Amino acid sequence: MSTVIQLEDVHKTYRTGEVDVHAVRGVSLEVNRGEFVAILGASGSGKSTLMNILGCLDRPTRGRYRLDGTDVSQLDRDARADIRNQKIGFVFQGFNLLARTSALENVELPMLYAHNHRDAGSIRDRALRALETVGLGNRAAHHPSQLSGGQQQRVAIARSLVNQPALLLADEPTGNLDSHSSVELMGVFQQLNEQGITIVMVTHELDIAAYTKRNVVMRDGQIIRDAAVERRLIAKEELVRLQHEQHSVLEVGAASPPRPGESNRGGDAAPTSGPADQGDAV
Amino acid sequence: MRLLATIKIALRALRRNKLRSVLTTLGIIIGVAAVIAMVGIGNGAKAQVDAQIASLGQNVILVFSGSTTRSGIRTGWGSAGTLTIEDADAITREVPGVVAVSPEVRGVRQVAAGNQNWYTQVLGESPAYFDIRQWPLAEGAPFTDQDVRSATKVCVIGATTARQLFGADSALGQIIRIQNVPFVVVGVLTPKGYSVMGQDQDDVIILPYTSAMKRVTGQTTLRGINIQAANAAALPIAEQQITDLLRQRHRLGPGREDDFTVHNQQEIAEMATATAKVMSVLLGAIASVSLIVGGIGIMNIMLVSVTERTREIGIRLAVGAHGRDILLQFLIEAITLSSVGGLIGIGVGVGASQALAVWKEWPTLISLSSVVVAFLFSAAVGVFFGFYPARQASRLDPIEALRYE
Repeated sequence: MSTVIQLEDVHKTYRTGEVDVHAVRGVSLEVNRGEFVAILGASGSGKSTLMNILGCLDRPTRGRYRLDGTDVSQLDRDARADIRNQKIGFVFQGFNLLARTSALENVELPMLYAHNHRDAGSIRDRALRALETVGLGNRAAHHPSQLSGGQQQRVAIARSLVNQPALLLADEPTGNLDSHSSVELMGVFQQLNEQGITIVMVTHELDIAAYTKRNVVMRDGQIIRDAAVERRLIAKEELVRLQHEQHSVLEVGAASPPRPGESNRGGDAAPTSGPADQGDAV
Repeated sequence: MRLLATIKIALRALRRNKLRSVLTTLGIIIGVAAVIAMVGIGNGAKAQVDAQIASLGQNVILVFSGSTTRSGIRTGWGSAGTLTIEDADAITREVPGVVAVSPEVRGVRQVAAGNQNWYTQVLGESPAYFDIRQWPLAEGAPFTDQDVRSATKVCVIGATTARQLFGADSALGQIIRIQNVPFVVVGVLTPKGYSVMGQDQDDVIILPYTSAMKRVTGQTTLRGINIQAANAAALPIAEQQITDLLRQRHRLGPGREDDFTVHNQQEIAEMATATAKVMSVLLGAIASVSLIVGGIGIMNIMLVSVTERTREIGIRLAVGAHGRDILLQFLIEAITLSSVGGLIGIGVGVGASQALAVWKEWPTLISLSSVVVAFLFSAAVGVFFGFYPARQASRLDPIEALRYE
């Protein structure tokens, strides 16, 4: 099986004023094609910094990073932009879609910056197909403000996949979603992973990490645990269970007056650890 | 191909912020329109002055006789009677560049026709005068050289004089009495309007100079001589030759002052056009200021836009845009705003000056060069004021930009 990510003793040091901050200190990691990895860690554990390095948004201070067989650790700004465009798909916590821009145009974006430029027609076709993959073929003309959080995140996934990257990087993808949408999203990820797409996801939610195949735990800039997930959750099954739970809650609550805004959003039957820690996402 | 995509992206971004785009463009529209209209007004004024100058005649040299001093009172140009008909004849004969000569005498008299009377300027001229001043007749014909030789009692009158003395009736063939001498009206001049100095040029009666001297003013000398040179190039040479000839004829030795003065119409024209030019430049400068203000408006909006769209820039950088792509995108946005504003501004400016011409009867003249310059300048404003914000945008760090709230 070929290796997608190969980190060798990667360090990252920030200099803030007088003090050097060692955000990542000696991380070595290999991720093979077809893996689904969660990088876990508390705020300040260095997982976001590692994520930025993996995403070629930042360069390691020391160490080597091979992505899909190419050494990308010392590339310049523009070369890294090209790597991001061709090899990496990003999914962010805050969705990061262009406002007042249709879902279709959002998905087209990475293709506009691609080197092997396609004509407008094929760009459109590919974007539409990517939207269909995530089940939003009928929402192509909608703007982000007209879509739910889960739908917005799926548009972002369509955008990340449109250039057929070697790696899909997700930074706290469920951080802004309610529990139901989170499970749905993990379902989309599991489905994509089954089709052979390599996914690396940063999260601090253990139960979300349980949907992946492998968990890497970080603390103080180092990996302290790296193990396969033993009791893996399957999103499809979880959704059925959630639906059942919600159903019974509604049955019981029928006597009491209905609460406003009661739908598939809201915090009912929330097994997650509450709202995402915004500061941790950075 | 990538450039094409960037242009498309920039246009999309502008379309997403329609109101803001329109308001930003408004600054440039007003600036360009102001430049076009102001320069149009300035040029119109200049053209009007030019037309008035031209109405004096083309390539004209005016010679006035000197002033006299009697009992210490100096009397002004033309009063001394140093010029004679013989001087005028000599100029005709001896100065090569001269094509027409008209000796001039002048007086102001109370004139009468029927039961009407009027106080007006009486000029004595030769028939060449109408050519020199490029002053065609509306009715009748000018008097002839024969009339000059025999001092006939005929006259040609200006439009104002005709209206004052004869009202709506035809003046041709009517009798005007000047100092009780009856003159027959043989021609009526086309209206010439007011002179640069604000004088009604049509308030005039023109007689053969011989008739004027013998029958009206009683003078034996000339007040001045109107001379026309063949072309502008011949003007200074002819002027010099006329001066030399007259000094010689008046026996003025070296060191003695001229007893006459020579003016060339070019000098008068230059002075008047210089004034009009100053006005043009002034108006243009004021308008340019508003164009620059419009440019600063673009820069302001672009800077705000960069800050506001930091996250968008971060997204673009994250999915593979180079710094150059971002720079180009914002630059294209700025240039599009300014040049679209420029185009609309040209339309508004032309329209406004056209409206002014009709409504206020102020002549305006839109020159193609001012339109082209205004447009290019507005595009340049876009580049100049768009570059700084665009560079700021292109230098953003994707991580920082994505984190920006």
